[in-house]
Order: sequence, then C-alpha cells, then structure tokens
Amino acid sequence: MAPRLVQRLGVPAEVLVRGARLYDPAAGLDLIADLHVRGGVIAAIGGDLDAPDAEVVDADSLTVLPAFVDPHVHLRTPGQEESEDLATGTAAAAAGGYGAILAMPNTDPVLDSVPLLEALFERGAEECVVPTGFVPAISIGLTGRQLTEMYALAERGAAGFTDDGRPVESAGLLRRAFQYVGPLGLPLALHEEDMTLSRGGAMHEGVVSAELGIGGYPAIAESAMVARDLRIARYEDGRIHLQHLSTRGSLEELAWARSVGIRVSAEATPHHLLLTDEAVRSLDANLKMNPPLASEDDRLALVEALRCGLVDCVATDHAPHASDLKEQPFEQAPNGVTGLETAFAALYTGLVEPGVVSLAVIVTAMTVAPAVAFGLEPPRLAVGASANLALWDLAADWTVRSAGFRSRSANSAFLGRRLRGRCLLTIAGGRVAHRLAAVGVSA
Amino acid sequence: MTDRDGRRHLLGMADVDAADVERILDTAKSFEAVLDREVKKVPTLRGRTVMTLFFESSTRTSSSFELAAKRLSADTMSLKASGSSVDKGESLKDTVQTISAYGPDVVVIRHAGIGAPGLVTRWTDAHVINAGDGKHQHPTQCLLDLYTMREALGRLDGVQVAIVGDVLHSRVARSNIQGFRMMGAEVLLVGPKTLIPRGIEATGVRVSHDIRDIADADVVYVLRMQRERMAEGAAYVPTLQEYTARWGVTRARLRPTQLVMHPGPMNRGVEIATDVADAAQSLILRQVEAGLVTRMAVLYDLVTRPYREPAAAPVVAAVA
Repeated sequence: MAPRLVQRLGVPAEVLVRGARLYDPAAGLDLIADLHVRGGVIAAIGGDLDAPDAEVVDADSLTVLPAFVDPHVHLRTPGQEESEDLATGTAAAAAGGYGAILAMPNTDPVLDSVPLLEALFERGAEECVVPTGFVPAISIGLTGRQLTEMYALAERGAAGFTDDGRPVESAGLLRRAFQYVGPLGLPLALHEEDMTLSRGGAMHEGVVSAELGIGGYPAIAESAMVARDLRIARYEDGRIHLQHLSTRGSLEELAWARSVGIRVSAEATPHHLLLTDEAVRSLDANLKMNPPLASEDDRLALVEALRCGLVDCVATDHAPHASDLKEQPFEQAPNGVTGLETAFAALYTGLVEPGVVSLAVIVTAMTVAPAVAFGLEPPRLAVGASANLALWDLAADWTVRSAGFRSRSANSAFLGRRLRGRCLLTIAGGRVAHRLAAVGVSA
Repeated sequence: MTDRDGRRHLLGMADVDAADVERILDTAKSFEAVLDREVKKVPTLRGRTVMTLFFESSTRTSSSFELAAKRLSADTMSLKASGSSVDKGESLKDTVQTISAYGPDVVVIRHAGIGAPGLVTRWTDAHVINAGDGKHQHPTQCLLDLYTMREALGRLDGVQVAIVGDVLHSRVARSNIQGFRMMGAEVLLVGPKTLIPRGIEATGVRVSHDIRDIADADVVYVLRMQRERMAEGAAYVPTLQEYTARWGVTRARLRPTQLVMHPGPMNRGVEIATDVADAAQSLILRQVEAGLVTRMAVLYDLVTRPYREPAAAPVVAAVA
C-alpha cells in the first residue's frame, strides 16, 4: 500500500524555466539547460526549448533542484491552529522548496483513528499547497498503552506510524508494534528518549547547563533508547526510522545497526547539524527543542554521519509555536522550532558553501532518502516525471526575520542569521506552490 | 554593568566586571554611615519609583530591596504573585506591561523561570534587577556575600572559599562561583556527586565529594538543602540523615578560624549545625546586614550612573 498524499486542486503548471543549472544527483543530472513543465509534468529538458503557451522564467545563474521531502513536520492541525494550520504549514513548506511533507500525529485530538485520518485527508485536499501525507500514532492518544488500528489506517494511506514528541516507553508495546506492523511494510518512526533520564532536563547536559542552571538532558537519554529500540527492531526484523538524532552515542548505535543489516533510516535536523548548546546561553526559547541542541562534539559527529551516509535523511521537525508560548522563561517554554523555510538555506550556508558536505549529499538527504524511507515517489528532474522541483538563487543572501515567514509562527532557531540561498519558485505535485514576488515570470 | 537598549540592568554576574564590583562595594560601604544616623535616609533617589515583583516567596531579598529603596527616598511598590492577577493566570508579559504603564525607574524581579528578568527588559523601559531567577542567577546575593567577605577578611583576592551542598539547584552558587572567581578568590565545590552539576569544573572551580576537603578554606559557604526543588523519585540523596552525616557542616569539621556563610533560610541540623550557625565565626547575620547596603548601592549605581554605549556593535553570528 502506497502512502496517500493530498493536495489542493489547482491549475497544472505550465512553465518554461530557461537557462537554469539543472541539478539532480540521483539522476546524475548537472547541466545548464531549459526545462519545460507542461500539464504539471516535466515535458522536456534541453537547449533552446520553445513553449508558446507556458510562462517563461529567465533563470540565468539560477539552479533547479528536485523539490524536497520532509518526513517530519508538525502542522498543528487539528487543535493548535493558533500556531499553524494545513494552509500556512504547507505554504511554509513550498517557500522552503519542499514538494512533499509528512505530518506528525501529536495534535489535539491525536491522530490515532480512521475518522480523523479521513478528515485530515479531506481538509488537506482543500488546503494543502504541497502534497501532504500523515503519520498516525503508534499508540492510542500517544499514551503508550494500546496500539492504533494500524491495518485500517494503512489501508487508507497512512505513511507510517509514530508517537513523535514522546518515546514509546514500554519496550513490550514497541515489540508488539513491530510485530503487528511488519506485514504492512510501513516504518515505525521513533522519538528516542528515556524519560527517566531526561526528566527535568530542558537543555543538553554539559558545561553550559551547569553554568546556566537549566536542567540537564543527558546525551544517554537518547542513545540508550536508540540502543534498546534497534535491538527490538532487529529481533522483529522491523523497519525503524530514527527521528532527529542528535548525539554521538546514538550514531555509534546506528553504525552498529547498519553493520548487522537492520532496516534502519535516520534523520538529522538542520538545527542539530548547525547549532550547539552554546547558543542556549542567550536563554532564548527559540533555541529550545527536544532533543536539545547538543555539544560541539555531538554536532561534528552528526555532520560526519550525514556526510558519509550513516544518517541518510534531513528532516526539519518543523514545530511551530505561537509567539506567546515562546515568550516565556526557557524551562517553561514549549519545545520546538520551525524549520521548513530555512532548512536548505541554513545547510547550504553552514555546510555546503564551506565545503564540509557536498551539495549532492544534502540534496539526496532531502529528497530521495526520506522518500524511500517512507515509500514515497522520489522527486526527479526527468522527462515524464511529475513536476516536483524548485528554482533557487544560490547566490542570494537574506536575513532570517520573524516578519518574513509563511508559517503562522516565527520560532526559528536561525532568527537574525544571514543565510545564502533563496527559493524563488516551487512546483509541487505539478502545481506552482510558491513564487517569490520578485521572480520575473512572464507569459 | 551591562548596557542594553540604552539602559543598564543587573541580570546576572556576567553583567558586571571587577571594577563595577569594587565600585558597588565601596558605595555600599559609604551607605553604612547613613544607617548609623538618627535619620536613616538620603534623598538620592527622591522622585524615582522602584517596583518589586516577587513571583516566588522571599523574606530577606524582598524586604531588603524595599527598605533599600526607601532609605534612598525612592517611592516603592511591591507586587507578589499571590493576591495579584498572576493568581488568575495572567502571563508574565501582561503583568509586566501592566505595571510598566506606571512608569517605574527600576523593576526588581524574582521568578522561578530562568531568564525571566531578561524577558522583562523587553516589556519595560525601567532598569531591571534580577532578584533570583530559578536555578540561574542571584547577583545581589553574590554582591552582598562579596561585601561581607571583604569586610571580614579585608580582601577578596586569593581567598579560598569552599561551597558546600546542593550546587545543582542553587542560583546562589552559580552567581557566587562567577563573582568569587572574578574577584580573585578560589572556589572548591563539596557535595555528593548527584548535587554537583556535571561539567562545572570547566568554569575553573575544583570539585570534591569529601567534606574533609573544606579544611583548607578561609570561608565555608553552606548552601541550603533545597528539598522543595527535588522531584519525587529523583533520588539525589537517599535520606537527609545520610546527607547530614556525610556533608553537614559541624563544629567538628571546622577550624575555629574558618568563617561560615549561608544565604538563608537555613535548615538547622541539616546542612548546618545550630552551634555553627550561631558561633562567632558565623557571618550569617552580617550577610543580612550587608544585603541592605549592597542593594542600596546597586539601586544607586544603576539609576545614577550614565549609560555608556557598548564598545562595539554585536556582529550577527554566522551559521556554524
């Protein structure tokens, strides 16, 4: 069963992108050419294409990348629409160059039943500007006691299951989940945290937490749970997706898992790849998330894991919060930062431009890898493929400002930072989903 | 003190340097004379308003701030969480914006949330003084402790201080580690490993888990065993009896020449023996006295010293 993605109806894109660098590492494509989207499908790639009915975008010195896939987004719908809804969240995704996203189930009420999933598909088909899938809960109400009706949810197009925001505390229940979901072929996406170790912690335990007095969340809270859950996945030959890994210890467990052939995929977020607990000295609650920003040693390990493919996916864990929720003292403020609109630019600025990680690795980790992990069609720059692509100005600098977001919330960890790389145009699911006002599109 | 947005605040010991501390302690000393007079008041802050906001209970800090402001002839207003709109769920932001509408010159805040005083600076035009935020900072406590030590020993540079007990949950310890080291004192932390923050050695302090190591200290600074901050089942220590037996500061563990300090309130018979608290070598009541003149000095310094432009504009940090 393939996961179902929904998107608002719209006019199929008719666009001729002229003279852009077309870059798709999975297709082995890197050339300067024209790209013609007709009826929402890539109709032609080549020199001096002619398309009288299409809008023409003069893309000299611009770059076309496959649209990104984010397997980890919080759209806050239903129940927390003051922070985000399907329309604003997917508009944010489009503005960040995303063409497909998967929404987490920790909403109010929790996405743990068929009627709620159906309702979300229905609303999504009216409001989502990029194709959006949903990952229902592993346990009813995220309480870790009783499994959701995974067969029924899978039949209707669930993309996998997760209790994200919380770990599955009971090893016994997690084992049952792996057993039960096995024949369905869907992954369990796991938030790895031993809450007996993290209790009272609001930031990474280390020198900075010692100095600030903020409760320490030790690295072992993540790695000990990763170790446990990989053992369970191995025993049941389950498909396990490790969410937002942040510490060296977890990566050591992941390396072991790969060496013994466990079916594992793993995410890293831009904020964990670029920031450390030192940033928390500002006491700014926009630097608070779970797992917390870790040490520089952990960050370097994570970057290396991404570079060498140990960690295969980049995910944003886009977690919007209305401003009044984050305007609280650090420990009282909720966890989570937005990410969709800054993810690629932050990674491009922080890792690609300095030559730490190649553009090919970043693009692969933001497209093919997460698509494969969740059984989605990978976006491709190829004739005949559905148009899922974004046009980037990789020379454009911009400063992250709270006023500039499509998301309803502005709790970005990168506020005030200067980033390079602007998404000018996004075609998602064959439809124009985002267009920067400045882009000269002429008929 | 650190200048931000055209105003000077005291949010933590990072906001002052050694010269600031020396100046404040000297000012505090000069206020001693005022308190010896029949009329214990100077007109320095006449016409100014000092507002105290205490979202957490306090005896010494709230009363000494209020009295310090009155001794300087300032108008005072105090708001406590109980009996105010905070009880009705009003947010910190709304509370601060409301009281700011009265135009205070100084806001003194105590709050359980780390960083609350920094947030307050966004919502008021007043100078802000942190009177304790969670486990983070309590800078005026540190300044009054430095004042007390300097009065008793005649110096701060090279003084050996042993801080004993629950460092993990102590804002007093965090401010004191910073302030004592800034003024040239050496700091040893003593307590069970569960109550010493992991990694704290990187701040330049030494750590011991053996109470006998307080022997070389000039000053033994005893921290309150903060039972109310220990989550149930957290198991920092098995029992208070075990703690007292291993780390309680008793006469037998002290030399007669060692000075003893405690920020209060004390748990007599737990972290400190009663006879030690009341002994001649105890500076505990002198700390309380120092609290008044030190807070007078901080109010005076904040309000009357001109704002200085920061040396250089902060550079926008690059990613990674």
